[in-house]
Amino acid sequence: MADYKALEDLVVQVRRDILRQVHKVNSGHPGGSLGCTEFFVALYNELMERNENFTMDGFGEDLFFLSNGHISPVFYSVLARAGYFPVEELNTFRLLNSRLQGHPTTHEGLPGVRIASGSLGQGISVSIGAALAKKLNKDKHLIYTLCGDGELQEGQNWEAIMYAAGNNVDNLIVTVDLNGQQIDGSTNNVLPMGNLKAKFEAFGWDVMDIEKGNDLKSIVDGMKKAKEKTGNGKPICVLLHTVMGNGVDFMMHTHDWHGKAPNDEQLENALAQNPVTLGDY
Amino acid sequence: MKKYTDTGKKDTRSGFGDGLTELGKKNKDVVALCADLTGSLKMDEFKENNPERFFQIGIAEANMIGIAAGLTIGGKIPFTGTFANFSTGRVYDQIRQSVAYSGKNVKICASHAGLTLGEDGATHQILEDIGLMKMLPGMTVINTCDYNQTKAATIAIADYEGPVYLRFGRPKVANFTSADQNFQIGKAVQLQEGTDVTIIATGHLVWEALQAAETLNENGITADVINIHTIKPLDDQAILKSVKKTGCVVTAEEHNFLGGLGESVARLLSTQYPAPQEFIATQDTFGESGTPEQLMDKYGLNASAIVSAVEKVIARK
Ligand SMILES: Cc1ncc(C[n+]2csc(CCOP(=O)(O)OP(=O)(O)O)c2C)c(N)n1
Ligand SMILES: [Mg+2]
Repeated sequence: MADYKALEDLVVQVRRDILRQVHKVNSGHPGGSLGCTEFFVALYNELMERNENFTMDGFGEDLFFLSNGHISPVFYSVLARAGYFPVEELNTFRLLNSRLQGHPTTHEGLPGVRIASGSLGQGISVSIGAALAKKLNKDKHLIYTLCGDGELQEGQNWEAIMYAAGNNVDNLIVTVDLNGQQIDGSTNNVLPMGNLKAKFEAFGWDVMDIEKGNDLKSIVDGMKKAKEKTGNGKPICVLLHTVMGNGVDFMMHTHDWHGKAPNDEQLENALAQNPVTLGDY
Repeated sequence: MKKYTDTGKKDTRSGFGDGLTELGKKNKDVVALCADLTGSLKMDEFKENNPERFFQIGIAEANMIGIAAGLTIGGKIPFTGTFANFSTGRVYDQIRQSVAYSGKNVKICASHAGLTLGEDGATHQILEDIGLMKMLPGMTVINTCDYNQTKAATIAIADYEGPVYLRFGRPKVANFTSADQNFQIGKAVQLQEGTDVTIIATGHLVWEALQAAETLNENGITADVINIHTIKPLDDQAILKSVKKTGCVVTAEEHNFLGGLGESVARLLSTQYPAPQEFIATQDTFGESGTPEQLMDKYGLNASAIVSAVEKVIARK
């Protein structure tokens, strides 16, 4: 049984990390990061089987790929707090000569990152490759992937989605951050994507919803169910219904904070809504 | 020396947006397409004024290029807008087949080119786009230097029949060319007259070249400063004329030294008038996060780097 109090404390601390990272350099992407905080916390601390030391090949462990690389602040915070690198390094987010680049990269050798992302639409393909490598290696572990909903407008995703089903890539769980928002507005206004569940199903995926995508227990229970579905010939898609900007009242339910940092006053307000739990970096 | 004054820092992408707004009023055939970056590309006003001529494609750049190519069949003049990386590398084959090879009148307008987009880092900082685009047969490649010139170029390319790549940037930079300039595709602009060295610059490096020329002048070195806003077709005559006078050249661009303006100049000179050349450009590397100034400094793309390169090239004469 998960220690939800501990996970909840971590969620609040990660929110603070996200806000402080983007505020310091007055750039970066808080909205999507906050919306996926509970998911990341659950994934890294409750769901994935992870080895102690990071290796690129990740033999004998579950792997995670972030396709929507712009939500690097949440990724970096959760990686640091899971011990991949010192939390103090969050201070260097987006600074010159940092390993914490604006979008995740392998180029600077940051532990926890296995592929560059930022240019959207490429993560599912990479994940399929890693899943196929696991199969070739007779490694029973899983590949977890996160992508944005707006991101699914990129055609490459659908090439990958077709491939994964057509080739029984059933050690793969792709989670979609279904926040209904992207840069220019709501996904419905920018480019309506219709019934995503039906689309994935029509392509041959096993699809499930997590309706409360910002509730730790729903995420843990839902993702465990998703895990049980693996190994049955179909790739798994989880539609994670999230609220962009979750946990900071003035950032919620809008695309306004997709790629904008809070000013001093806004930061103070946002942090007051999320008091220190584990300690700031 | 001619004096150039910065009339107030402005971003080149706003020059594009304002040029497009003007085109919207005077040319009914101009249509615009964007891939979920309307605000970043400053296309909001065109969109508001001409909702029926604005196409929000979603995050689907390959589809955007294809749709743009199709819109030309029926006489439309499509302007596509997204970041430089997603305007070129992302969609290279779509441009190659549906636009360049098919000879379609599409204007590919690309913001956030080079290092100066800053903190987003290397995934977004393309330093290879000039090379990619200039290698396409029939493609015109333009890299403007300031707000006024970007606005003028945006308007000018609508009257030119054929595919164009228009490259500009994100940050606010000096605005020093004239507001009523007559932008001529393929025509170099002589900014300073000198006899010791030719400095050929494009994009954000043009202002840096002017600053460098002032420093050099104080040290008794006079420079021809040429703004090459059109990298293809290159103004061969202007370059040859200058280098025949000065005997050496420094090229300056916010781009990899492989495939950029410098290589185009080197090709010209090696076949017509061999002369020592130094390259101000990135050295076959990806970019990284940082502020625009920090990055231009770290990668040697500023006035002081140009001054050093001039001293070096003059010594090689
Ligand atoms: C190929 C590509 N095109 C455009 C962009 C610019 N961009 C970055 S994030 C984004 C919106 C993504 O929407 P979504 O996946 O829903 O993420 P959210 O805004 O919900 O965080 C866009 C258009 C990009 N990074 N990559
Ligand atoms: Mg979204």
